[in-house]
Amino acid sequence: MLSDWLYIAIFMGVSAFLPAVAIGMAGLLSPHKPDPIKNSTYECGIETVGDSRVQFKVQYYVFGLVFLVFDVETVFLYPWAVAYNKLALWGVAEAVLFVIILLGGLIYAWRKGALEWV
Amino acid sequence: MGFLHFLSDPITFLANWLQGLLLGVGIPAGIVQFILFVIGAGALATAAMMFVIFLIWLERKAIARLQDRLGPNRVGPWGIFQTIPDMIKIFTKEFITPTGADIIPYNLAPILAVAGVLMVWSVIPLAISVVGMNLNVGVLYIIAVGSLGELGIIMAGFGSNNKFALLGGFRAVALLVSYEVPMVISLLVPVMLAGSMGMTDIAQAQNVWYIWLTPAAALIFLITSIAENGRAPFDLTEADSEIVAGFNIEYSGLKFGMFYVADFLHSFTIAMVFSVLFLGGWRGPGAEQIPILGFIYLMIKAGLIEFLIIWIRGSLPRFRIDQMMDVNWKVLTPLSLSIVVVTAVLDKLIPVEQTVFRIFAFLVVNLAVLLITGWLIEVFKTRRPRPVVSKTQRPVARPENVAANSNSGD
Repeated sequence: MLSDWLYIAIFMGVSAFLPAVAIGMAGLLSPHKPDPIKNSTYECGIETVGDSRVQFKVQYYVFGLVFLVFDVETVFLYPWAVAYNKLALWGVAEAVLFVIILLGGLIYAWRKGALEWV
Repeated sequence: MGFLHFLSDPITFLANWLQGLLLGVGIPAGIVQFILFVIGAGALATAAMMFVIFLIWLERKAIARLQDRLGPNRVGPWGIFQTIPDMIKIFTKEFITPTGADIIPYNLAPILAVAGVLMVWSVIPLAISVVGMNLNVGVLYIIAVGSLGELGIIMAGFGSNNKFALLGGFRAVALLVSYEVPMVISLLVPVMLAGSMGMTDIAQAQNVWYIWLTPAAALIFLITSIAENGRAPFDLTEADSEIVAGFNIEYSGLKFGMFYVADFLHSFTIAMVFSVLFLGGWRGPGAEQIPILGFIYLMIKAGLIEFLIIWIRGSLPRFRIDQMMDVNWKVLTPLSLSIVVVTAVLDKLIPVEQTVFRIFAFLVVNLAVLLITGWLIEVFKTRRPRPVVSKTQRPVARPENVAANSNSGD
């Protein structure tokens, strides 16, 4: 089992190393002439106004919360799916009940307006 | 006969020969395995990156034909060498780093975007005997690693010292994170039918391709994967944010190119994962005895799905962000959950032996679920909009308002 994950670790290293090497090579091959006007931040061709790390809507956070709930639900459903073939119909009924409870949560979020992109 | 043996399974032949060579020299077995892993991983990752050159040409030609024009046709026959001068051009462009950019996220973002896609290739079974590593949690690993690209996008958005990049990055990540939910739920269905999360096990359990058993789950997986990739019609990450290019405004040269390498490679990776999970992967006539035929079948299936993805890109206009979110949370998530429930119940009710009746029953039930969803969408479109609770005016809590009449406020 350990050697399985050793291969994955090596692959992670290789797949991070390849683009880094490519970008490094391009850094060597490309010209390097920094200039204050060229390096200034782009804002549709005008001078920048105000701070660049602006405030953002809280709706992004709400979508993240709803995603979290459903992701945790799916994490609980995966072991059930792997053991599915060995379960009787009663095991299926339990999982169906779990999914229905979480569908209730989705309908609550829907009715409360948490899923609107305002 | 030895040459035929080499031809029918070149990778295993070479791996065995190399292993014998290294063991014969006297290196201990653990180090030999480590060296073989490094060579295998390096070869697979490099082959995937080199394949992007062909994919970029293929996409440009196919999109051009869909738009009634020719595409690249000057550099080499049918323009097949076009990508190489483009690569040379992009390698020699200057890296213009904006003032005030956060150096580490700004430089790490393109690397993460590509790494997130490359790492998926380590668990895809290319033939019956050729696979990077047969992890027993392959499907979960693919989902986990595929999300690294989103991290790259938010790092790009935050690290460029630019409001448009930040906002574009937020919108992109909200989209990608939302579309993960139906993708992950719809992947439960092949895991349920095969009884394992390992990709080789799923490919091997498909005596009947899973696309005949669960076309609805396959459709949801395809749609959400195209959204995860950020291609048209879901490409608000590239061309929206008011024409300014989203999270990759401040990138130039190969760092910008890396985001596009990740994009094109991701679409082919989706095609391969779809083929393994729903189209039987390397299965086909004669693939068990001659492994290289399995690889050819997988490439043909993945090529067909890649063409379907390019076709969708060339035909559909872009969605608005609120339309995309509505479709995801109000249609795809309940639909995928109901597919899981329906497939679970149906699979227990119909025994495995009656193959033809089973396929027919699954197909009919899936079609029924899809038609009911379509009908429900039509019904909801014509309903009156419900009053939104949060927008009604409530009287402000001040002393002079206590005497005034206040309605229920709902």
